[in-house]
Amino acid sequence: MALLEVRGLEVAFPKGPHDEALALRGVDLDLDPGERLGVVGESGAGKSMLAFAILNLISEPGRISAGSIRFDGRNLLTLPAKEIRNIRGNRISMIFQDPMMTLNPVLTIGRQMVETLQAHRRIGWAKARKLSIERLAQVAIPTPESRFDSYPHELSGGLRQRVVIAIALLTDPEIIIADEPTTALDVTIQAEIMSLILRLCRDNRVGLILITHDLSVVAEVTERLMIMYAGKVVEEGPTRQIIDHPGHPYSRGLLAALPQRVERGQRLNQIPGTMPGIADLPTGCAYHPRCERAIAGCHIDIPELEAHGSRRISCFRPLLAGAEA
Amino acid sequence: MLSARAFTRRFFGDPTAVGAFVIVAAVVVMVVSAPWLAPQNPYDPLQIDIMDSEMPPSWVAGGDERFLLGTDAQGRGVLSTIMYGTGVSLLIGFGAVVVQAFIGISLGLIAGYRGGWIDAFLMRLADIQLSISTLMLAIIALAVFSAAFGPEAYAKLAIFMLIAVIGIAEWPRFARTVRASVLAEKKKEYVDAARVIGLSPGTIMRRHILPNTMTPVLVISTIQVAEAIVTEAALSFLGLGMPVNRPSLGALIRSGFEFIFSGSWWITLFPAVMLMLLILSINLLGDFMRDTLNPKLRRGDE
Repeated sequence: MALLEVRGLEVAFPKGPHDEALALRGVDLDLDPGERLGVVGESGAGKSMLAFAILNLISEPGRISAGSIRFDGRNLLTLPAKEIRNIRGNRISMIFQDPMMTLNPVLTIGRQMVETLQAHRRIGWAKARKLSIERLAQVAIPTPESRFDSYPHELSGGLRQRVVIAIALLTDPEIIIADEPTTALDVTIQAEIMSLILRLCRDNRVGLILITHDLSVVAEVTERLMIMYAGKVVEEGPTRQIIDHPGHPYSRGLLAALPQRVERGQRLNQIPGTMPGIADLPTGCAYHPRCERAIAGCHIDIPELEAHGSRRISCFRPLLAGAEA
Repeated sequence: MLSARAFTRRFFGDPTAVGAFVIVAAVVVMVVSAPWLAPQNPYDPLQIDIMDSEMPPSWVAGGDERFLLGTDAQGRGVLSTIMYGTGVSLLIGFGAVVVQAFIGISLGLIAGYRGGWIDAFLMRLADIQLSISTLMLAIIALAVFSAAFGPEAYAKLAIFMLIAVIGIAEWPRFARTVRASVLAEKKKEYVDAARVIGLSPGTIMRRHILPNTMTPVLVISTIQVAEAIVTEAALSFLGLGMPVNRPSLGALIRSGFEFIFSGSWWITLFPAVMLMLLILSINLLGDFMRDTLNPKLRRGDE
């Protein structure tokens, strides 16, 4: 059985007095120990929502309206608050998008690290400090002893994200959820941070859920890939396969939009239109108004996520090798 | 947040703030050293001689050089009573603000962080509290207390009663300020991060959000100290505050008030000037902090 097993997860937000809109519409996700999964989609596809839902941290007025999240055999949605706090930040930790925002500006880095440790195990200050400095060294922070007493504003963005990663690693988690960990950083730092995350996950056999909209990053780091559109998984399978031969028209659209796929001097490709908001989804397949392969039935029924070899695609007319182009 | 160095630089560049601070500091030093510096101890009946009553200040004809600012109707030196009385006023002012801050910050944190019906309930409670005037509440509470326990017990406990009453009556100011900052802070990602780490709501409120809401609290604390001192003075002036044998500034003003028309103006004037000077300085300090710590009012020389 997988370490993390999400089934039919739905997150609802109130829309009007008696109505709800679904931000996640039945998401399945599996993660084996040490596996690295990429979750890709446009802004608003529900990627970050998925990350928070996995930790049962959807804040008001949203709520998890259906589905189950099993971690190590236990359903996180029915676990008492105290036990789930013992999993959050301990066995599953998270790295956020903007390191400027995720560190508390008025506490030293050391205090925030020690606090994390002490929230989950009985450990004295001196020991916690030693362990924290060890982790800071592991994420290649120069002079970790002096950085331990620094405030977040004394560090650069790249260093802060390293600190955030060090905090995520403190408790030897089994899964790290990284929500666009490099988006807020300079391009030159992005590659460094990404290879750091990859190396640490590989060395410690930590499972990784990498949420991003950068397909080139996903291709380098992850083994499996999940593409989301309007709160639903549209395609899921081995990363290499999807990138080489996308099965869903949306996946192909995303890949075609990569600038490096376009010849110099040519116009960049784009998918026409924008993603619908969760409050006004079209009927049938949510992608059909933008889809170049849409047929008559696409706006009536919602396609199921169906297995095609080693991957699953939710489309009535998937692009499969051998099928008509 | 402003760094300590920038704050100090701003402070020394503002003559009003420096002046106000010097006055407040001088008053505090005076109060603390009163037992050694004051010419007599107005609480010690053995040092008071009724024959010395209503003497004018020493530079006026008929004045005695022992009493620089004259004496009151019971023969206590006005200078000495001011030195001691200011201490009582300051003690009540600070004490009341500590009570206000404790209640207000706790409830404001909970209201802001929990939201929902808890927030609605606590904030309506604050509205109700604010709709009752502090003076009215204090008058009722203190009158009931002195009637129930007799003037003896009242005289002994007056200082605590005043601290409690003024403290409880004014908590909504802190609660509202803290709640507003918490609402802004709790949307920030570091709070999400703290939740993801698995910290309990209490820890997140106390250790992560609270320190980030301290700037406005610091500003209103200053203003509230001045307010509490004035409230206490008003109550004492009405005869509901400190007893005659342990007077605060308000009680001193009151004790001389009856003698103004008989010509003994000094008994009221000097405590009143002291009170005004103290309140003005504290308020000017508060204004300085508000202007300096509020990033929207900050000048562009950062």
